[in-house]
Amino acid sequence: MNFLIGAFKPPCTVSVEFKDAETRPEANIKKENGQMAPVPLFQSQESVVGEVRIEPLPGKKVEHMGVKIELLGQIELYFDRGSFYDFTSLVRELDVPGEIVDRKTFPFEFSTVEMPYESYNGVNVRLRYILKVTISRSYATNIVEYKDFWVRNFSPPPEINNSIKMEVGIEDCLHIEFEYSKSKYHLKDVIIGKIYFLLVRIKIKHMELEIRRRESTGSGPNTYNETETLAKYEIMDGAPVRGESIPIRLFLSPYDLTPTYRNINNKFSVKYYLNLVLVDEEDRRYFKQQEITMMRID
Amino acid sequence: MQPQGEVMSSTEEQEKWLADAMALVQHHAFFMHRALDANNLRDALKFSAQMLSELRTSKLSPQKYYELYMRTFDELRMLEVFFKEESKRGRTNADLYELVQHAGNILPRLYLLCTVGSVYIKSKEAPAKDVLKDLVEMSRGVQHPIRGLFLRSYLSQISRDKLPDVGSEYEGEGGNVMDAVEFVLQNFTEMNKLWVRMQHQGPAREKEKREKERSELRDLVGKNLHVLSQLEGVDLEMYKEVVLPRVLEQVVNCKDDLAQYYLMDCIIQVFPDDFHLQTLETLLGACPQLQPNVDIKTVMSQLMERLSNYAASSPEVLPEFLQVEAFTKLSNSVVKVIEAQPEMSLVGAVSLHVALLTFILRVHIDRLDYVDQVLGACVKKLEGKGKVKDSKATKQIVALLSAPLEKYNDVVTMLKLVNYPKVMQHLDYETNKVMATVIIQSIMKNGTYITTADKVDALFELLKELIKDGEGAPSMDELDEEDFKEEQNLVARLVHMLVNPDPEEMFKILTTARKHFGQGGPKRLEFTLAPLIFSALKLVRSLQGQAADDDSPVSLKKVFQFLHQTVEALSMVPAPELSLRLYLQCAEAASDCALEPVAYEFFTQAFMIYEEEIADSKAQVTAIHLIIGTLQRTQVFGVENRDTLTHKSTGYSAKLLKKPDQCRAVFACSHLFWVEAEHGIEDGERVLLCLKRALRIANAAQQMSSATRGSNGPMTLFVEILNKYLYYYEKGNPQVTSNVIQGLLELIQTEMQSENTAQDPGVDAFFASTIRYIQYQKLKTDEVGERYAAIQI
Repeated sequence: MNFLIGAFKPPCTVSVEFKDAETRPEANIKKENGQMAPVPLFQSQESVVGEVRIEPLPGKKVEHMGVKIELLGQIELYFDRGSFYDFTSLVRELDVPGEIVDRKTFPFEFSTVEMPYESYNGVNVRLRYILKVTISRSYATNIVEYKDFWVRNFSPPPEINNSIKMEVGIEDCLHIEFEYSKSKYHLKDVIIGKIYFLLVRIKIKHMELEIRRRESTGSGPNTYNETETLAKYEIMDGAPVRGESIPIRLFLSPYDLTPTYRNINNKFSVKYYLNLVLVDEEDRRYFKQQEITMMRID
Repeated sequence: MQPQGEVMSSTEEQEKWLADAMALVQHHAFFMHRALDANNLRDALKFSAQMLSELRTSKLSPQKYYELYMRTFDELRMLEVFFKEESKRGRTNADLYELVQHAGNILPRLYLLCTVGSVYIKSKEAPAKDVLKDLVEMSRGVQHPIRGLFLRSYLSQISRDKLPDVGSEYEGEGGNVMDAVEFVLQNFTEMNKLWVRMQHQGPAREKEKREKERSELRDLVGKNLHVLSQLEGVDLEMYKEVVLPRVLEQVVNCKDDLAQYYLMDCIIQVFPDDFHLQTLETLLGACPQLQPNVDIKTVMSQLMERLSNYAASSPEVLPEFLQVEAFTKLSNSVVKVIEAQPEMSLVGAVSLHVALLTFILRVHIDRLDYVDQVLGACVKKLEGKGKVKDSKATKQIVALLSAPLEKYNDVVTMLKLVNYPKVMQHLDYETNKVMATVIIQSIMKNGTYITTADKVDALFELLKELIKDGEGAPSMDELDEEDFKEEQNLVARLVHMLVNPDPEEMFKILTTARKHFGQGGPKRLEFTLAPLIFSALKLVRSLQGQAADDDSPVSLKKVFQFLHQTVEALSMVPAPELSLRLYLQCAEAASDCALEPVAYEFFTQAFMIYEEEIADSKAQVTAIHLIIGTLQRTQVFGVENRDTLTHKSTGYSAKLLKKPDQCRAVFACSHLFWVEAEHGIEDGERVLLCLKRALRIANAAQQMSSATRGSNGPMTLFVEILNKYLYYYEKGNPQVTSNVIQGLLELIQTEMQSENTAQDPGVDAFFASTIRYIQYQKLKTDEVGERYAAIQI
């Protein structure tokens, strides 16, 4: 097969370099193979500047119908493999049709690019940003090279951030009142709150707080929901009595969270929930789920 | 009930679980140590959390859990050192403090948090008060009683030396003593809640087992109070305003018998005495609010005991007691507690009073009214209960009654206590008697004289079970005779303690005593009246010198009337022999007072008794000798009266049943006619008559003896008569001549040598020594010697 590969091997190597690669922050992203790898990090309204280097293999030349670089924002739905939705697509022509014989570099610049959505690797959906270099050829297939980069956007601190306060219960069995100090949290935030027991007639063994992520993809009848429990945090051990109040303090930093995404390009949403779970001695679970909004704040 | 086997297996199970858990702790600790050595914080946290997870078990009994806890406790010390190092390596304590909170399970998380917290406070990177507050607040997450108690105990342990107390290095920015107090109080409150909750979890049938387990854990809770008491900054003011009210609030509100009892006890034990004294009202105010089954009496008794000891420790503190009106507060509180706990046993109520009384006796020894007040309160409680049947309660009542007795050592003081007899009334018959005995013994031991009639009245009121048949007393037949005698002898002895030098008062005392004794029934009179009579006779002696004055409230006449009535009463019992003796005593006294008619009357009474009531021949002999003896010494009588009485005596003497008795009585009568005194009688003729008559009787006796036994009896009587002859001869009775004596001597000698006469070495010796006496007298050169010269041997 080697020669075949050799035969179809593109006659040149194409690489994309960011101009400020040295100084640009990077995000550690889990690749498909499970390994963590650093990826250059951008945010919306930044200029994406760099250069494309095309280096023909020794003794070869590349005839082309033109070289272009595209900046694409794509949503990829796994259940619908192959369907990409580009919500952003910018193109720069790098070269007019001709021949490349020697190594050649083309600077490019997409200035103040609107990148409204954050990069996201979900269960059923992926949102990614890529730079795509295409060397168009008339006979042979186009030579295409991709370069991933990651986007994170910061939102301003919310002006209104109400606490979540609620009384729930099962009649004559269990009544609790819980309070989370905020409804919107940033990713390194701490959830502070307390549970107040108004009535306890069951034998509770313990209580925990779960952080759950629900990813919804598709729309209408074809909506797919995928829920993951990202954190299980025990906040109470043993059976409380009426009048007891149990404090909550949960640091969010250890968990791999993203901001809440609402209806991204009508394709998907990612929402976060706090799930308060009480487990009784017969291992029955009583729970109450509350949505919280996650934000990335500078 | 569980079968034995299962119990065993549950113990074995416990052992096994503990061993398993210990092994796992060791296992995780090993990896933790490795991580510590490698300075690997992440792993150290991971393994320590795993190690601590072993503490999440619910299987172990508190005792086993404690062992496990101690094991991990040691490991946590090492971790703490590591954390300290870690902060030196540049990691901030705040970071660490957050980092350990990432642990998913609450129990390991909180143990780690406390451990880091300890380092955090020490570093002073954050104010101690904030860290402490956070720790104590976060610990609420553990609601399981045993696990919670141990966690909080750990918190208490690591925080002890880090409280921002006055003088502590953490004071100032780290907070003030108020923060320290607040922290300890909160931890205490929560621990107590957990501890109380233990009682209500699990099946009802294991109630006892749980109670046992709980008491094993009680010191964990009580430790907090100890910590509070150790705080330098907790002064009286703060104790009064903050600490005590808060602690009491928790104690009252927890509504748990075990906890309330233990904690009240703890409060009393750990805080200083002067704090208690200054906050008595608050502390006591809590008592009536406790659960009905709490053993408040012990608690309060302990408090009073402490205060008593405090008062005893130095006299300077006594004014403080007065200032805070300790007694009033205590006594009010006792009343309230008894009201609040209608179920309280009688024992409880009484023992509370005992404690209160002990307190008074230590602190307010001079306030007899307080003592009486307490007794009064006790009476109120006993009211309508009749005799107390419960033996424990009886014991307490005895204690109540004995306490002042021992303290004052003075029955007179106690007689002022109006309520004392009222309390005593409630004792059952036996105990009452014992108590009465104790009282008398106290009087005896301390030589307390009862000097007024009123006191006698009061005293006898106390002793009435001994003095008369009370209600509920068993009938006389059922009494143990020996005991009865002993008791009555005691009462008799008591009579001699009723003394007043003033005759008027003394007489009153006697009449009062007489009145009381009069109710005692014949059996007692026998014992009680005799000493009374002697006491009266003593009074007579003291009055003797004084001029008789009929108008004065006490005259000899009155006393003799009293004596007369008393002996008469005794004779009604009947106690003929005793009354006879007493009559004779009285007669002699009357004689000494030159009251002839009175003396005569007494003699008459004596003779009447002799005639009517003394039938036993032996008793008659004794009686007649007594009469003769007394009469001989009685010199008040005129010729006529004397003749009558002597005549009677001689007559009765001759009528005795046995010849030897007759003989002896008759020669004794001879003395009635020969009294050597100022106005003596020396009627030699009648003396001789008596002696001759005695001889005749002796002869008759001898004849009777030979008639019945075939031989003559010993010559005892003759020798005795000889001695009488010698006596009168020596005294110079002209009717007794040497010839008569000579004749008698020869008669005796012949008779004694006669084979017909029974030999008796005693008589021989008696006779021989009589002869020796004669020889001895002969040697004298004086008048007596001359007289004896006439006698030939």
